Amino acid sequence: MRFYEYESKELFERHGLPLGKRGLAHTREEAREHAEQIGGPVVLKSQVLSGGRMKAGAVKFADTPDEAAQLFDEILPIVVNGQTAKSILVEEKSPIAQEYYVAITWDGRRKLPVLIFSDMGGIDIEEVAEKHPDHVSQTHISTILPFTPRLAKEAIGATGVTGSALNRLTPIVTTLVEIFLAYDLTLAEINPLVRLEDGRFLVLDGHIDLEAEARDKHSALVEELGIGADETRQARPPTPFETAGAKVDASDHRGVAGNVVEFDGDLGLVIGAGGGSLTLFDAVRKHGGRPANYCEIGGNPSVKKACELTKLVLSKPEVAKIAVMMNVVSNTRVDIVARGVIKGVVESGRDPAETITIFRIPGSWEEEGFKILERYGVEYCDRSVSMYEAAGRAVAKMQAES
Amino acid sequence: MAILIDKNTTFIVQGITGREAVSLTRENLAYGSKIVGGVTPGRAGREVYGVPVYDCVRDITARTKVDGAVVCVPPKFTRDAVFEAIENGIKIIVIVTERIPRLEVAQMVELARLRGARIIGPNCLGIITPGEVKMGGVGGPAEDTRKAYTKGPVGIMSRSGGMTTEIANTLTAAGLGQSTAVSIGGDAIIGTAYAELMPLFEADPETKAIAIYSEPGGRMEAELAEWVAENDSRLPIVAFMAGRFMDEMPGMRFGHAGTIVEGKADTTADKIERMKRSGISVAERIEEIPELIQQRLAESR
Repeated sequence: MRFYEYESKELFERHGLPLGKRGLAHTREEAREHAEQIGGPVVLKSQVLSGGRMKAGAVKFADTPDEAAQLFDEILPIVVNGQTAKSILVEEKSPIAQEYYVAITWDGRRKLPVLIFSDMGGIDIEEVAEKHPDHVSQTHISTILPFTPRLAKEAIGATGVTGSALNRLTPIVTTLVEIFLAYDLTLAEINPLVRLEDGRFLVLDGHIDLEAEARDKHSALVEELGIGADETRQARPPTPFETAGAKVDASDHRGVAGNVVEFDGDLGLVIGAGGGSLTLFDAVRKHGGRPANYCEIGGNPSVKKACELTKLVLSKPEVAKIAVMMNVVSNTRVDIVARGVIKGVVESGRDPAETITIFRIPGSWEEEGFKILERYGVEYCDRSVSMYEAAGRAVAKMQAES
Repeated sequence: MAILIDKNTTFIVQGITGREAVSLTRENLAYGSKIVGGVTPGRAGREVYGVPVYDCVRDITARTKVDGAVVCVPPKFTRDAVFEAIENGIKIIVIVTERIPRLEVAQMVELARLRGARIIGPNCLGIITPGEVKMGGVGGPAEDTRKAYTKGPVGIMSRSGGMTTEIANTLTAAGLGQSTAVSIGGDAIIGTAYAELMPLFEADPETKAIAIYSEPGGRMEAELAEWVAENDSRLPIVAFMAGRFMDEMPGMRFGHAGTIVEGKADTTADKIERMKRSGISVAERIEEIPELIQQRLAESR
C-alpha cells in the first residue's frame, strides 16, 4: 500500500529525519497561505501515487505566494500516469550542493531486506547501478540481529563518501532502516536526500510502501495519517463494483469470495482459486472471450457468499452469462459452490440453464454438486475436461448468442 | 525414494484444534500420515481423531521423534509457533497460514537457515509423496487425493496449492505419476523456492522430470533458470505460466500476495523468455504438460 509523498514525509519527520518547511494545499488559497508562511521561493508538487511527476509538468517552482496560487490551479488537473491529484504539497525551495539516494526494499531471492545507497541521487537508480556500479552499494540486513549504525556507515562508505558527510548521513540512513523494519514496509526510499550549500542534510522526496498484509497491524498509523479504510491504494482506485465485491468477501469469515476486479467485457466470471483464477482468466481471453470481471473463490466459502458474489457479477447490465470454473479443488466443497451460484442466479431473476455457460469445478463432494446442477439443467463437466477446454465452451456459448 | 517426506516421516500439527487443522488432521491420517501429536496452548489432554494434544512442542519432542510440523495457527501467532518448532529441533516445517507480514516470514526463514531447518510456505497446501504420506491440505480428503495423485517419475513444484492438484490430476490421467509434489506457497518471500528444491529432486533417483506452475511477480523463475543453466541438470523441466494478462496491468494485485507486476522482470513475458533460454519447456496449456514431459523424456533416452 503506497503512501503519498506528504504522508511519507510525516512519518519521516516523526522519527526525526530532517525535512524542509512545507504544507499541504487542497485549494489555491491554502497554497498561497503556505507559501506566505514558508517565505521565499517554494516548490509545488502534485500528490499522486506515481512517479514521472516532473516529466508531466506536475512539479513547479514559485517565487511569490501569488505565483504559488496560480501554479496550484495549473498543476492540480494534470493527470500523471492515469492519476489525478487531490492535493498539492508546497515546500521551501532549497539550494542543493549534492544529491544522494537511499532505499530499503526486499530481496526476494536472498529473503532479506537490502539497503541501497548511492552518492549519485536524484536520477534513476537502476541507470546509476549500470553505469557507475562503484557509486551504488547494496547491503543485506538481518531480520533477527539488531540493526546498528556500523552497517549504515559501511553502506555509505562503500560509495567513497567520507568526512563529515559520512558522519551526518549515518544516522539518517540508520533511522530509515529502523522505520522500514518497524512498520513492515516493502519500500522506504529517499530520493533525493540532499546536502544543502550550508552543509545541512534534507529529505527532498520520499516514498513508502506498507505491505498490504501488515495494514491491520499498523492500523493506528494508517488512521493517524488519515488514510480511509476504503482506500486500496492500488494502481487505480477501486470501482463501486469492486468495493461491493470486498463487502461480499467481508460479510462472513468462511472462505474467500472476493478479490473482485472489474473489466469491460460481457462474460461474468465466478472463478477460483488463486492460481486457478489466473489460469482461467488467461484461458477465456485466449479463446477470444471478454471477461466482465476477475474474482477468486476458495477455502470453502459459504452458500451465502457464493450466492452474493454471483448476484454481484450478474448485476452488471452488460453481463449476459457467467462461467463458473475452478481447478480441481481440495478443501472447497463443490456442492456448496453449486448451491450458492444457483441461488444467486435464481435470486437475480435469471434461468440457471440459460445463464451459466459452464460449471467446471471437480473435486470433493462433486457428485452432490453435479446432482444439483442437473436438476436445474446446467451444463457441467468433471476433471476429464481441462480448464482451458471449459473456458472455450463458455466463450463459444457467448459467441453463439451474438 | 522421494524428496522431503516419505512413509516413515513423523510430524505434529500446531494449532490442531482449529477448524481447518481438524479436517487437515483427519485427511492426513486417512492418507496414512504419521501424526504424533498436536499443539494448542491450554488444550493439553484433548485428542483430535486420536492424536493427543499438548500445550508445547517440547512436550512432544521430549517423548518421541518428530521430523516435521504443519503450522495452522492464525497469522498473529505464526512466527512464534514456527520459532517454537525450530528451537525444538524440528527440521521440516510446512506453514499453511496466509497473510503473514513479509518481515515475519523473513525472520522465520533466517532462523531456520541458522538451525538447519527447512520451511515450506507460508500460504501453501504442503507436500505429498503419493501413496506414502502427505503433510498439509494438498489434495483434500484422502479419497480425492488418491484420485488426483499417483506414484511415479514427475516432481511437481507449484506457487498455487490448487494448481498443484490440477497438474497432478492431468499427469495421472496421462499415466504419469508423481514422485513428490510441493505446494511452495504464493507469497513474495517463501521458505523454499524452485531453485532450492532442484538439488533434492536431482538427488532422487525416482524423479525423472519436473513440472512447474508459475506466476507473475518475484525473481523465482529467473533464479531457477540460472540454476538450470549452471548445474547441467539431468532433469527435463516443463513449466506452465499463469496470469499472462497481468503484464498489461502493472501495479494491480491479483491472485496470491506474491503476484504483482512492478518491473519488467516481474512480467510473465520476461520469465518465459528466461526459462526458455535456459532449456525449460513452457507449456501454453496445462494439458500440454504430460505430452511435453514424455517428449523430453524420450529425447533424453
